[in-house]
Order: sequence, then structure tokens, then C-alpha cells
Amino acid sequence: MAMLEVAGVSKNFSGLRAVADVSFSVPEGAIFAVIGPNGAGKTTMFNLIAGMFAPNRGTITFQGERIDGHPPDEVCRRGIGRTFQIVRPFPALTVEDNVMVGALLRHSDPRQAMARAHDVLRRLDLYDKRLQAAGSLTLPDRKRLEVARSLATEPKLLLLDEVMAGLRPTETDRMVAILRDLNAGGLTILLIEHVMRAVMSLATRVLVLHHGAAIAEGLPADVVREPAVVQSYLGAEAL
Amino acid sequence: MMDLLLHGVPRHALVLLGLVLAALIAAPWFANDYLLTVLIVILYFAYTGIAWNVMMGFAGQLSLGHALYVGLGAYATAALYVHFGIGPWVGMPVAIFISVASGVVIGFLAFRFGVAGVYFAILTIAFCEFARVGFDHFGWVSGSSGLFLPVSNYTRNDLVNLRGQPVMFYYVILALTAVAFVLCHLLLRSRVGYFWQAIREDEVAARSLGINTFRYKMIAIAVSSGMTAPAGVFYAFYYNNLFPEQTFHILRSIEIILGPIIGGVGTLFGPIIGAFLITGLAEVLQEFLTAYGLDIPGVKRVFYGVCLLLVIMALPHGIWPPLARLLRLDKRQEKSKEPEA
Repeated sequence: MAMLEVAGVSKNFSGLRAVADVSFSVPEGAIFAVIGPNGAGKTTMFNLIAGMFAPNRGTITFQGERIDGHPPDEVCRRGIGRTFQIVRPFPALTVEDNVMVGALLRHSDPRQAMARAHDVLRRLDLYDKRLQAAGSLTLPDRKRLEVARSLATEPKLLLLDEVMAGLRPTETDRMVAILRDLNAGGLTILLIEHVMRAVMSLATRVLVLHHGAAIAEGLPADVVREPAVVQSYLGAEAL
Repeated sequence: MMDLLLHGVPRHALVLLGLVLAALIAAPWFANDYLLTVLIVILYFAYTGIAWNVMMGFAGQLSLGHALYVGLGAYATAALYVHFGIGPWVGMPVAIFISVASGVVIGFLAFRFGVAGVYFAILTIAFCEFARVGFDHFGWVSGSSGLFLPVSNYTRNDLVNLRGQPVMFYYVILALTAVAFVLCHLLLRSRVGYFWQAIREDEVAARSLGINTFRYKMIAIAVSSGMTAPAGVFYAFYYNNLFPEQTFHILRSIEIILGPIIGGVGTLFGPIIGAFLITGLAEVLQEFLTAYGLDIPGVKRVFYGVCLLLVIMALPHGIWPPLARLLRLDKRQEKSKEPEA
């Protein structure tokens, strides 16, 4: 059974149709990438899954239960973690306290939660910076903090909104390695990404959105050869 | 419990805290009557500042109407004492209950319907004003003519009924402040404290981490209003008279928040340091002027304004954060100097 099932979902913002009748399903254990040009509706799709908005039509099912229209905090408690494209750290708190907030969701005892937060920080190479204020971190570190914080809530499905954007190639490779490691540990990942280098090396399946509609879905190697995808997103010179 | 209280607290912080507490406990032996009353006022503002700080400093919800909870606490216990002879310690739970109930109503109206930021602050002012006007016409507590507690010349201190000399009131407010301080320390280290700070920093991000922000904001206003009520009990029994025009006046709410703002919003020590500085310096100034035969009405207010201006311009996070770094009580590190590997 698919872990996440999106069926016929549409979302309008007054006159603008941001997501139009999109269906896809994310199998358990997958790294599922959503790609597409700017304004294709990728982040809106994410926000619909994460509970920021309710869809106008269609259903979203997570582990067999409807989650569309549920508030974001409830979606998270059910096991979906998310990051924000424009990172939203708690700037005045230390790095470890940022992650601690996430860890306290499943561990009400502060000492247990702190131990858990430290585990996550080590995994994301942030342990040495744990006592810095989150607001003082560099962008690559903030991106990893964003992942660490939502990972601390112990999600079954992690939604990553452009965590590679703005990273240098070496940092991208580091993030790819981290994500692959997390996936090997049993975490299902749904990611929005523009960095094709990361998508091609990570994703087990790819969905392409354009003008709010799904124009292709399949294995990464197949999808990038689809004429519609090349034309709308990758550009003819990619061939 | 004890472990949670002391875990991770640097030893020199405990020593420092012990010294401050010892000095405050010993103060009545050295202070004259005037100085003692000043210390009482300082500790009163430290206490109310700590209580207000829970809402604004920890959870990021700006209340400009905390005089409401002081006033409700004061009127509840004073009325019980005057009408039924019920002592302040028995009346205190009632006072706390009434304050929390009104806080919860305000919180529900605001947080349920998405009233936030300055609009929330205006709502808190509005409710305090309702109370001011309402109590002006509330005959059972003598309306605008004021509620008076029976006073006589006390030779001994009656702690049970809070009737006695300033030194007793001094220790009562010192004990309240110490308890509030420890309570806040525990709150900040518990789950609720972390969740509050997350909400303060970024409510959207907090929600996406599974925090039911409505519930935790409600807890913040309930705890803060409940903690403020005992200050009202103290106020009623120390001053022995209550007028709606004074008790619920917006200036009372402003006075409460000056200490924490100057000392450092969201910090444990900020409200205490702020209260000492602002009240202490204002009194010194007043004494100084009186000594030179100058009587300038409103000089304290101008002084508050200047203090606020200076702190906001020079130390936007208040006095405590730089002081904490100086005393090496801040576990936070500056940006690492070594480049990443």
C-alpha cells in the first residue's frame, strides 16, 4: 500500500488554479521527487499535504487515513515532517534548542528529548554548532537545521522543500548523502527540487508539475526523456 | 525535581544567586523604613514583571492589560476579607481562579479568532478598561468611592491575615518573587517552555513541528494571569485601599512591563534587574530632587521614558543579555571562528 496517496487534488487561489487535478502516490521507502518550473504549484502541493491549506477538491490519504484539511500540527503528529523553502529557524534559540522543540513532540521528558536532539544533530553534522544561536548560522547550516528540526519529530514521511537550493555542489553532495542515509534507515522522502544533479542521484520516482498539472511521472531516467518535460522544464539544450 | 532544577546550571550562577538572596533576606536589618518601602515596591514590580514575562517574554503574546489580573486578585481577596472576614491566603485561590478565568476568556477570544500582535495587545487594554468602568459601578465593592480594608496600628505581625508592619510585607513579597522565579526557571526547562519559545520565534514553524499553538498560548495566558493575581492580593493588603480608577488604570499595566523591557524580555533575571534599576533609580532621583528642594510633578514618568529610550537604543534586548555574557552565564556561543572542514 502506498504511504501517501494524492487523488484528484485541486487548489484555487481566487482565480488562479495553482494545483489542477493532481494524482500520485508515494510508496513506503521511496524517495519521491516533485520537479517543475517556477510557479508550477510544487510548494502549493506541499502545503496541501502539510495542512497549511485545504484542497478545493480531491483527497490526500496518509497511511490509509484522510489528512486533507487537517491542521499542520495534527499532520505533523501523524508522522509527516516538513521543511520550508525559505527556512524558518527559531533565530534567538540555540541550534540544539531548535531541534529540542521538535524532539519534545515524542519525548515529553526534556532529558530524553535532548539526547534525541543530539543524535539528530550528529547525523546532520550540526553537533559542533549546537550552542550557537540559530540566527547566526550560514545558509547551508540553516538548511540542515531545518531538516534536523523536522527529523526530530520522528516522521515517517519527510517533505523537503528545496533543501539543496543555494548550496554549493560539495554541500549538495553532503546533503544527498545525508538523505540517502536517512532513507536507508526507513524514512520515506518526498522532495521538491530544482537541482537535477540531486534529483537524478536520489529519486526513485519523479513527478513533473507544469501550470499546476502533472505532465509526467515515472523513473527519473525515463521522465527526463519525455518531450513534454524537456520542453516545459529542462529546456531543449538538455538533450 | 531537584535534579531538573539544578541540572546544567553553572556553579558560579548558584553562588551568585545565593549571595543576592542572602543580601535580600538580610536587607531589613540594614535598611531604614523608607528604604524598606522602596524595596517592597521594587520586589512588587519584579514579581509582576516575572508574571507578565511568561506571556510576552516566553510565549510572545503582548499583554498591555496586566493591571486587570492584579486588580481582580486585589478586589477578590479584599472583598472576601471585608465582607466575610476570609483571610488573604484562603482568598488567594479564589483570586487566582477569577484571574485565570478572565485570562482564559480573553485568550480564547483572541487566539481562537486569530487576533494577534498589536490587535491582541489592544484587546487586553480593552478588557482592563471594561473592568475599570465596571468596577466603578460595582456597588458590592463600593464602586468608585473605593474599597478600604480595616487598618489599625499594628504592634505585631499577623501573617495569617497579612496585617502588620512593612518588614512582614517585605518578606512576603520576597518569598512570592523567589517562588515565581523558580517556577519560571522550571517552566523554561520543560516541554511547555520550549513550545512557548518556539511560538514566540515563529508560530508557523512551531505548528509544523506538531505544536498545538492555540493550546499552548492558552496555557501561557492562564499561567501568567494566575501568577499575577497574588500580586493583587499583596497590593490590596499592603495599600489597604482600592479604587477602580487607580487599580485598573492603564499606567498600572505599563509600569508592570517597564521592568522586564529594560531588564530583558524573555529572560529569567530581566524583570528583577529591570525593577531594581527603574524603581531604584526613580526613587534616588526623587530623593535627590527633594533634598535640593525641587518638586517637579511627573518627573518619575519622564525618567521612565528616558530610561526606556536609552535602553531601547543602546541595548535593544535589555540589560540582562550583555550582563549574562559578562558574568559568563550564557551558554550560547558566538559564531565559531574556525572554518568548516
